[in-house]
Amino acid sequence: MTPNESVGGAAAPAPVAGEAGDGVRLSAIAKRFGAVVALGGVSLDVPPGTCVGLVGHNGAGKSTLMNVLAGTLTADEGTIAIGGDDVTAGYAIARARERGVRCIFQELSLCPNLTVAENARIEHPSLTGLSWRTEAGRLIRAKLDEIFPGHGISPGAVVADLSIARRQMVEIARAFSQTATPVRLVILDEPTSSLDQTIARQLLDHIRRFVDGGGSAVFISHLLGEVLDISDRVVVMKDGLVVADEPAAHFDRDGLVAAMGSVGGHAAAASTQSRRDTGAPKVAIDARGGGARLTAHPGEIVGLAGLAGHGQTDTLLDVFARAGRTKGAAIVDGRVAFVAGDRQTDGAFPLWSIAENIGIGSLHALKQGRFISEAKEGELAERWRERIGIRAPSVWNPLLSLSGGNQQKALFARALASDADIILMDDPMRGVDVGTKQEVYKIIREEAEKGRTFLWYTTEMDELLICDHIYVFRERAIVADLTRSELTEEAVIQASFRQDA
Amino acid sequence: MSRPMLARLLRSALPALSLAILLGAIFYLQPRTMSYFGLNLLLNLAVPIALATLAQMCVLTVNDLDLSIGSYVSLTACITATWLNDTPILGVAALLACILAYGAVGALVHLRNLPSIVVTLGLSFVWLGLAILILPTPGGKAPGWIRELMTLKPAYVPFPVIACVVIALVVHVVLMRSPYGAVLRGAGGNPRAVARAGWSLLRVKVTMYMAAGTFGALAGIALVGLTTSADANIALRYTLLSIAGAILGGSEFVGGRVSPIGAVIGAVTLTLAASFLSFLRLNPDFQIGAQGAILILVLALRAVIGRTEADR
Amino acid sequence: MKAITTFFRQPWLFAFAAAIAVWIATAAFTQGQGAGEVLSVAFTFATFFVIVAIGQMFVVTLGPGNVDLSIPATMTLAGTVSMKIMDGLNWMILPGYLIAVAVGVVVGVLNVGLIRVLRIPPIIATLSSSFIIQSAAIWYNRGLRVKPPTMLADFTTAKIAGMPILALLVILIAAVMHVVLNRTIYGRTVIAIGQNARAARLAGLEVNRVRFLTYVMCAVFAASCGYVLAGFSGGAALNMGQEYLLASVAVVVIGGTSVAGGFSNIPGLWGAALFLFLLVTMLNTFGLGAGVRLLLTGLIIIAVITLAGGSRSSER
Repeated sequence: MTPNESVGGAAAPAPVAGEAGDGVRLSAIAKRFGAVVALGGVSLDVPPGTCVGLVGHNGAGKSTLMNVLAGTLTADEGTIAIGGDDVTAGYAIARARERGVRCIFQELSLCPNLTVAENARIEHPSLTGLSWRTEAGRLIRAKLDEIFPGHGISPGAVVADLSIARRQMVEIARAFSQTATPVRLVILDEPTSSLDQTIARQLLDHIRRFVDGGGSAVFISHLLGEVLDISDRVVVMKDGLVVADEPAAHFDRDGLVAAMGSVGGHAAAASTQSRRDTGAPKVAIDARGGGARLTAHPGEIVGLAGLAGHGQTDTLLDVFARAGRTKGAAIVDGRVAFVAGDRQTDGAFPLWSIAENIGIGSLHALKQGRFISEAKEGELAERWRERIGIRAPSVWNPLLSLSGGNQQKALFARALASDADIILMDDPMRGVDVGTKQEVYKIIREEAEKGRTFLWYTTEMDELLICDHIYVFRERAIVADLTRSELTEEAVIQASFRQDA
Repeated sequence: MSRPMLARLLRSALPALSLAILLGAIFYLQPRTMSYFGLNLLLNLAVPIALATLAQMCVLTVNDLDLSIGSYVSLTACITATWLNDTPILGVAALLACILAYGAVGALVHLRNLPSIVVTLGLSFVWLGLAILILPTPGGKAPGWIRELMTLKPAYVPFPVIACVVIALVVHVVLMRSPYGAVLRGAGGNPRAVARAGWSLLRVKVTMYMAAGTFGALAGIALVGLTTSADANIALRYTLLSIAGAILGGSEFVGGRVSPIGAVIGAVTLTLAASFLSFLRLNPDFQIGAQGAILILVLALRAVIGRTEADR
Repeated sequence: MKAITTFFRQPWLFAFAAAIAVWIATAAFTQGQGAGEVLSVAFTFATFFVIVAIGQMFVVTLGPGNVDLSIPATMTLAGTVSMKIMDGLNWMILPGYLIAVAVGVVVGVLNVGLIRVLRIPPIIATLSSSFIIQSAAIWYNRGLRVKPPTMLADFTTAKIAGMPILALLVILIAAVMHVVLNRTIYGRTVIAIGQNARAARLAGLEVNRVRFLTYVMCAVFAASCGYVLAGFSGGAALNMGQEYLLASVAVVVIGGTSVAGGFSNIPGLWGAALFLFLLVTMLNTFGLGAGVRLLLTGLIIIAVITLAGGSRSSER
């Protein structure tokens, strides 16, 4: 194979040569989602010939910032300058692409029914003419050869037939390939998560070559070793702000972890006695990727920690599927109820009232004779409206008339009102205001006192402090098993980010 | 070769294989069909069915389903047998208006995010109503040039065979080989990605619906060329035939996986299946049932192949 | 905005209003002559629409892509089989009905089996099975037209004060199904699945079992309709179900059921069925033919779902 071959004049890897101030500059970017401040005035400077590593724990604002840069989200405040021009006004995907900003999104954005070459064509409208297939094939193959020598991917292969790793490779090669517009900046959001070490190495080497040739890159990864290895500068974000921005050489892994955590640290809440010794576990299950075994005892609040999307939700779904069935090695001893984090897809019935949304979890208890009693349904909803503090004039109002936080409370009420003794929570407090959170925390504690078991996947440190026991997930496995007394933010971040060669 | 690739190969070979087996069986039962004249007779009706199937396939490409194609073909057949014959300009205008209407429906489905099944079900009433208004009683007359075209007797190879091959190849080149064709199919596979790359999904949908309208109109014209007259109910069964043909030919209901060549093969297979059953001296009562059984059989085979694919 | 929402929350009012408007228009044209008679006939025919539409409505409520296309074939098969087995004998009326119901159950199980085992969309599954069912009916029928038992024929055509007894019975059944939809665990589950199938499963509802029951129930309603329709029209005919496919969907949609699923109502079925029949009568009275009638029906369906269907999409 002949890497780096210049084909048809289209694939010459000539990133814009740069002088200082010619790169991409984000200044004082702010973005709010409702009451939640995702970005509180963030500035990021990516000069040509630089790779910036971007790290931060869940909710630090990395993805929001990158979406603003890629044009998929519009900032509320701040300016974007590319190549010295202010491009803030009307900045969107098309403008970003015009200016040579490419993004490799975490979820794959290939069309599975098309071939590799055809997918390249979707991204490059200038590939037309009679021989476009050959050209597109050559373009993508040249880039694949250049980045991943020995990749074994044919441009004619249908994407659906490729393994996830190979799809990711195609996606990466497509982002780096260029036709009409030169590639100026490439955003890589966890690009190595589905690649093995050799391939990941090839990618890192390519990024280095690309950057040395005058391009810029923003690199996000939970593998701190990779970040330190590849980046010229590392930017650490926390709570929507940049908390550190220094040459990579100034950091080591522990330094990064420390920077991601809070300086003062959260004072651990008054410790309660462990419930570990009290009787048989209600839940005992392995994560899909193995590691330590998750167990939960009656009256315990068990936290599932780690970076978002590392197998916590899958484990909750496994517990849900095995409820009442002691099949295989897993134990789920009791009835379960699920509190959704993603309300739209997993929780809400959008056409129903608050009462109906709460009552659907307890239909058997609402029966009077053969039929569901609306009076009972109303009573149940009313009881929980008061207890959990849903702010609505009537429980018969539509669920969608509530604010997000109050909708979430209704979903909590659905689970808590049911007869379930195990409650699964799929990061339900994401994006909920602080007041609501405190109210819900209190009720969770009360219910745990009564003997209910909570399995709580959360991406927020404050919530882990409420838990009796914490399991940290990384790459679908449980990599740390912490008791309350062992819990520190640093310990969780240490376990969530992997150190590697 | 990897297992998924093998499975895909198997699936794409399935339509051609079933056609070959069926054709072999017919030749065995009725050796006389193995002639120019025999094939002409066997495949005559395949041309309009193939065109209707391609229309259905266009709509399937963008993850929709068209339940109105049968009555649409009836309508265009009625227009062909009346206006196109009597006042060609009016006929052409009417057919173009029909195609534009199809595009408008595509836009409506996309913009209001409506389920295509119900919209096209309602549309089928509209087409049928118009067809009855244009031609209240069976009749009309095929324009001479269409009649001549459909009864061409080229040397060596019967006309229906040539027509089917040409149609299949043309659509294959446009949809599977052209640069915009990739975008059209991509919009069925991952609409979000296609939109994110800067393409208009509205334009894609309108294009595919208008293509469906065009093929439907051609199907109506071809049908009248064969039957010489029309009636409002002439092609109602095409709705089911076109879905069955497209599926038989390897198209999927979602995901933009379609095959124009497969669709034409599927349509021809269904046409032949009817003759095959009559050669078997099978009670004609079972004909519809046999078509259903074939459809289920193919879907079952596909499910088996799909399962091995999912196992990887 | 609020007022419009509330208006669409009671969509059956719309169907009834349309039915009444059409009836008045017809009566005005004939200067009131035979207006009562028109209504009586409308109730007779609307009854058959409503029977199949109840089943179809429950299926449609299950959410996008759910629709039963095998209704006409099921009607034909159930009508044919039951008429032949009853062979005109009055004492066979009840066993004959049970056989019709059994046909419905078999069809329903077949449909769900195809959907589950072959993992194909319900529309294709019910379409394929309808081919086979229709073929079975043709084979079983053999061109014979067996007369229904006289008592059954009398029952289906009997009237009390101009009101068909069958219509009264179906109004009663509709009332029961209204309660089933809104006040039973089964009904609530159907509505929940239609709004958000994943959330329904995560709320601990028995999604698969309810889907199964719904398709079987729809086929049983279709079979029942085939039975009474054959009794009403002097025997089963092979094309007796033909117009009921489009009609069942039209009645459900015009009756205010959301094709996106999760929102439906029984009263609207009556309103829509009466409206559809009265529309035909009106157009006939005006001297307009089948063409205009079909055209209007189609445009009305498209207009109704364009107005009602869009509001959901913006939420998702």
